[in-house]
Amino acid sequence: MTALTDLSLLEAASALRKGDVSSTELTEACLARIEALEPQLHAFLAQTPDLAISQAKIADQQLQEWRKKPEEPLPLTHGIPVAIKDVLCLEGVPTTCGSRILEDFRPPYSATSVSRLIDGGVVVLGKTNTDEFAMGSSTENSAYGTTHNPWDLNRVPGGSSGGSAAAVAARMCFAALGTDTGGSVRQPASFCGITGLKTSYGRISRYGLIAYGSSLDTVGALTRTASDLLPLFTAMAGHDPLDSTCMPDPVPEIRLDDSNLAGVRIGVPKEYFIEGIQAEVETAVRSAVEVFKALGAEIQEVSLPHTDLALPVYYLIAPAEASANLARYDAVRFGPRLKSEKLWDQYLKTRGALFGPEVKRRITLGTYALSAGYYDAYYGQAQKVRTLIKDDFETVFKEVDLIACPVAPTTAFRIGEHGDDPLAMYLEDVFTLPANLAGVPGMAFPVGFDRNDLPIGMQLNAPHLDELALFRAVHAYQTQTDWHLRKPDL
Amino acid sequence: MSLTVEEVRHIADLARLQLTPEEERRYAGQLSSILEYAARLLEVDTAQIPPTATVLPLRAPLRPDIPRPCPPREKILSNAPESEAGMFRVPPVLE
Repeated sequence: MTALTDLSLLEAASALRKGDVSSTELTEACLARIEALEPQLHAFLAQTPDLAISQAKIADQQLQEWRKKPEEPLPLTHGIPVAIKDVLCLEGVPTTCGSRILEDFRPPYSATSVSRLIDGGVVVLGKTNTDEFAMGSSTENSAYGTTHNPWDLNRVPGGSSGGSAAAVAARMCFAALGTDTGGSVRQPASFCGITGLKTSYGRISRYGLIAYGSSLDTVGALTRTASDLLPLFTAMAGHDPLDSTCMPDPVPEIRLDDSNLAGVRIGVPKEYFIEGIQAEVETAVRSAVEVFKALGAEIQEVSLPHTDLALPVYYLIAPAEASANLARYDAVRFGPRLKSEKLWDQYLKTRGALFGPEVKRRITLGTYALSAGYYDAYYGQAQKVRTLIKDDFETVFKEVDLIACPVAPTTAFRIGEHGDDPLAMYLEDVFTLPANLAGVPGMAFPVGFDRNDLPIGMQLNAPHLDELALFRAVHAYQTQTDWHLRKPDL
Repeated sequence: MSLTVEEVRHIADLARLQLTPEEERRYAGQLSSILEYAARLLEVDTAQIPPTATVLPLRAPLRPDIPRPCPPREKILSNAPESEAGMFRVPPVLE
């Protein structure tokens, strides 16, 4: 018999409807799995078993009522246990962003994305580990310890949504929320062999998402398949009056009953197959492109000529925005305080002691890029080159419907491998940053394994607000392949 | 482009970050490498290129100006490191 935690989200939703399983049983199965594996993986920063059980019991009561009137709509997320990245506020539950400066912070309200999922009946198992303030590509920057990759405990799960990716891959939950500012959903999804969606900038409300880079931050989700992702996207997407950057455009109804990609044009950008890319990654991505071709897609080579400038642009713009956003951690309204006689010294001491090394590095870099005399040369110039990168995508999307490329140059690297070399770590993001700078959506999904049995991921990017194209294409791919069904041996 | 230890200390002070001498030294080296890497941006001709501050259309959607309840004072203050008489308490700002 299949373990309950091995069911897909859609299988679990179907079993709940039929009454074959209760939400309480699913929740208890996930909690048992978390208890068994958490000592090895450290995917969670806070666990909420009491909340989960009480939500599951309510979901079960509502399911009983629903079965009397099954013609009424019921979200597919109803009764499904999920985990939430610890940068998204959940009212009353500790939300730390992986930082000591928010130790014991209990948000007075929930993020719109989170409350919409809770309205859709989900069960919340806990908050997942992240690089501090989502700044990192491995979770090694979490102040509360690294998450381990379920496929190889000596390796990183990717980041910054590494806790969410590890939890989904290890079957601790059916889905998890993540956020993607420079690749933080797609890269950990790739490293952990699961499916991850970075939504279009402005598609899902950022209200209650603790800000890092405000022109780049997006809410996303991680599951095992594209079809499992869809109910979460549907629940969260759409305008929110509390976020003026959340677009009023209607969210299309997406159906995944067709796996024919005839007429879909997919572009493969030549700039993404560069020296330094692991040969197995390139081979797996190119084989996956052949699968799309067999499904009816038309493949052509395209060019995004400013790709190599995305990294320097991102690492000026994101730290600049972060330096402004993180000014709010002043030990006045929340967080611990290192007491001083003078307010000025209290700022200096608290922020110096409680922010971690990467956060201090980025605040310093961002402050420099914004400072008098350097603003035009760095921040201003980065914003102009950002226009060129965005224009690259707009030009290519006149010729093709989707762009297919690797997620990261390599599979999961070893914990500690990049030591204290920030630039080496930043290079991990080279293929994911452009989508954030252009604001376009992307979906990462597994397309193979390397010789060490580590998952290889690839991504598709689509035009702004065209998540529909991503869902259709990745779902079609997953009807023809079984990479997404493999699970780590834990 | 390279940053000196003194420049790092000055910037950190602007950002209200107290760094240890060891951190100042390390960041001076690391930020210099990052800025050196970023120098390739300076070679791009952007004379005719407008900056992108947001990828969205410039007009943000407005919401109706209707008052709505905010979280109660006790709930907000419950996160404060120190509070007194319904307010946040801070050390003296002026001598």
